[in-house]
Amino acid sequence: MESLLTAYARSLGIRVAGESDGAPLLQIDFSSDVEGRPGAFHGGATAGLLETAGYAALRQRLRELGRDAALKPINITVEYLSAGLPQTSNARARIVRLGRRNANLVVEAWQSDTEKLIAMATMNVLIVDEE
Amino acid sequence: MDRYPDKFDPQVMASAAFQRSHTGWLGLRYSDHGEDWVELELPWRADLLGDERRPVLASGPIISLVDMASGMAIWTAAGTFVQIATLDLRVDYNRPAREHASVFGRVRCYRRTRSAIFVNGIAHDGDIDDPIAHVAGVFMVIRPTKGDVRWKAS
Repeated sequence: MESLLTAYARSLGIRVAGESDGAPLLQIDFSSDVEGRPGAFHGGATAGLLETAGYAALRQRLRELGRDAALKPINITVEYLSAGLPQTSNARARIVRLGRRNANLVVEAWQSDTEKLIAMATMNVLIVDEE
Repeated sequence: MDRYPDKFDPQVMASAAFQRSHTGWLGLRYSDHGEDWVELELPWRADLLGDERRPVLASGPIISLVDMASGMAIWTAAGTFVQIATLDLRVDYNRPAREHASVFGRVRCYRRTRSAIFVNGIAHDGDIDDPIAHVAGVFMVIRPTKGDVRWKAS
């Protein structure tokens, strides 16, 4: 079975930490590999976490529906809300709409305070069903 | 080296900053720059793949690439280092990168105000006329420069 995480995500240190509201809960610890300006997450690493959470949620949902599909990125918009501190970051996606050929997702990332988001993303993903 | 160039130089910054942290982990390299733009290279690497079925770079590292190129384009256009924070960044993926290809992020800073700075650009895999992605971003100035704040390599 194909992993919920890409090689890139595993290499960066992203893990599936469980489930939350029916979607995979992803986590990544702070380390030099994700550091941008000293003592803070790099915006690109945060974006990678958000995008990975989006794909993981979509893969899991498609699997539940028995659909074997390739996922291709259409676009992503990342909004940065506060600095990512040197601590574990969490992310979880919500599938707003799942169609036959594409899905619209909203992804949120937070650290110790679930009420205080550090970043959010809006994603469009192309779904190509395998015959 | 005890003297730093008066004007921000993306090549000088890259040689120091890409040794460590997230950009070092990605293996980013300086590629080229102009008055208001910077191009960085993300070399192809097997553990940065986004699809188990095809040897192409994942989209996540491409966001990191253009985010970094955005910041450096801003400092290059400003001629000095200013503290900035990414407000938002949008990437439209036009096509997958070619197999085993490095990806280049070329970003231009086209507008600077006191508070907001705007960038746009592309990611490509060798031909700037055939981009793999288009990028647009907005950054906020954290501490407005007084003209004497310079980037230092420490």
